[in-house]
Amino acid sequence: MVRSVVVAIVLSLGLAGAAAAQTEAELDSANNNIANTASLQRGAKYFVNYCLGCHSAKYVRYNRLGEDLQLSNQQLMENLMFTGERPFDTMAIAMRPQDSARWFKITPPDLSLIARSRGPDYIFTYLRSFYVSPDRPTGVNNIVLPGTAMPHVLWQLQGTQRAVFRTDERGVQEFDHFEVVRPGELDERAFDEVVRDIVNFLDYIGEPIKRERQQLGVRVIGFLLVFLLIAFMLKKEIWKDVT
Amino acid sequence: MASTEADVFDRLGRGLSALGAWIDDRFPMTKLIKEHATEYYASKNFNFWYGFGVIATFVLVLQLVTGIFLTMNYKPASADAFASVEYIMRDVEWGWLIRYLHSTGASAFFIVVYLHMFRGLLYGSYKKPRELVWIIGMFIYLSLMAEAFFGYLLPWGNMSYWGAQVIVSLFGAVPVIGNDLAEWIRGDFYISDITLNRFFAFHVIAVPLLLVALVVVHIMALHEVGSNNPDGIEIKEHKGPDGHPIDGVAFHPYHTSKDLVIVIVFLILFSAAVFFAPDMGGYFLEHANFEPADQLRTPEHIAPVWYFTPFYAILRAVPNKLVGVALMGSAVLLLFFLPWLDRCRVKSIRYRSWIYKLALMGFAITFVALGYLGLQPATGAVPRLSLVFTILYFAFFALMPFYTRNEKTKPVPTRVTW
Repeated sequence: MVRSVVVAIVLSLGLAGAAAAQTEAELDSANNNIANTASLQRGAKYFVNYCLGCHSAKYVRYNRLGEDLQLSNQQLMENLMFTGERPFDTMAIAMRPQDSARWFKITPPDLSLIARSRGPDYIFTYLRSFYVSPDRPTGVNNIVLPGTAMPHVLWQLQGTQRAVFRTDERGVQEFDHFEVVRPGELDERAFDEVVRDIVNFLDYIGEPIKRERQQLGVRVIGFLLVFLLIAFMLKKEIWKDVT
Repeated sequence: MASTEADVFDRLGRGLSALGAWIDDRFPMTKLIKEHATEYYASKNFNFWYGFGVIATFVLVLQLVTGIFLTMNYKPASADAFASVEYIMRDVEWGWLIRYLHSTGASAFFIVVYLHMFRGLLYGSYKKPRELVWIIGMFIYLSLMAEAFFGYLLPWGNMSYWGAQVIVSLFGAVPVIGNDLAEWIRGDFYISDITLNRFFAFHVIAVPLLLVALVVVHIMALHEVGSNNPDGIEIKEHKGPDGHPIDGVAFHPYHTSKDLVIVIVFLILFSAAVFFAPDMGGYFLEHANFEPADQLRTPEHIAPVWYFTPFYAILRAVPNKLVGVALMGSAVLLLFFLPWLDRCRVKSIRYRSWIYKLALMGFAITFVALGYLGLQPATGAVPRLSLVFTILYFAFFALMPFYTRNEKTKPVPTRVTW
């Protein structure tokens, strides 16, 4: 019995071990926390001001945001909804996909699920990795997504930076570090906090139920443990005459 | 005239037994309950490995019930499918829970079925007189793979789309009719709205009907011959004066009370996944599948969901597509022939030779290794390792008649041990 349990555990560990591997450009840890409502509120504000012009979040409803981020309809209207939306509307945009595809060569993706498809670390690093590159139509390139069509939307906050590359022993160019070209309104730490708030907000809209899900999980498993005890006692009682 | 409480219960009891007798005259209710529950005797020494049958049944019911509720809100059209899943996740009351139960249930089903099948290998459950139980079980496994494959397209994510594209194109490897066959399956020149619609039909009605029917037949065949046990001996050979196997206990209430414990333990682990890691780091729900299907852009790395990867690794192990497809198919089909490939008369691993123990452990490791390799991009050492483990996989079956023929087995007890 014990041995077979061990075998099963080893087998399942083998499966879990398969979870390693797969990394691309080095990503910085976003270290965001969806339980931090103040950060989510700031993130929502930045998202509406900087992202929502081009990127929709078409599965996200404003009133759901209000509920989860503890904002009244009044606050929603005044801070997040500027173009006559109603609270039950989703975060849609006016830019038509055909137009944006013509202007940017690609339609800016909907961001409802970006944190689930790319991960918070990816977005956190991406938004901080724009560098000056005069040969690009937008004047910037990105270390995480080379050739990105997205302009450096947060340049006023971050300022502009230059990427310094080094050549490794095989002659391959590798990114080394950034150098400030023109400082922005915020210093590096304050800017990282802004990006972290945006990432936190994107993480939240990726799965609005996440916090509730985890809280419910604790209660469900607690119930099952009590049920297990009772079921086990029942089993013992029924089996007591089996020798 | 006031009737006492006991009186009421007495009359109720008599009424119920009269109803029972009325039904029994017209339908074998009591007979079925006796045959399959209260007088179905199964060995008393079942261990951990014997829990996966009941768990698999539980998961099947879970998938059917959650599936019904998902169907109420899901839209099988290429323009709406992805959005309707997000609608379920965000706007439908408890939709997120139903969806996560269903998506986690799919992976759980395979984990449980793989362990259930491995139990069969450990204790020789496929051997005479249970060959048919095993073969029907293999048909269940095939149906389950079909069910999972059809279901995986429905969220209409980019991985759904390209995964289906890759798998359907495998049929294109069939000589002469290949491309027509792949086109016939898709109903179009590529995976399209039409394909989604028909996969939906297969996923929600055709294959589930087949699955349920096969599970009923599986259990009927099992109850005809009786369950095996960790000692691999026939408990029917030692019956008490009452005509029941001495080493057996009635399915109800003995095994049912034990199964309740087993199902709760399973539910605890299952809930841990559903509530704390529903995407399991991208293995139960793949990251690329959170982007809608895009005909013009493949995910960076297309791999099937983990439960198909052992066979996917075999497919990729050889450079020739047709040979790969043939190998993959035969890797599954070979399992059907286990009852006749294994020549040893002793069923349980407890009393079998070290050479079989070694072969079986090697096979288990090979299967897990292939599963791992199937998840990796085919670069570096992956193709070579895949080939090595593919050879080992087939060697387990091909050499089985030889290493099991004259096994040095240990003496098998006549009565079950704890």
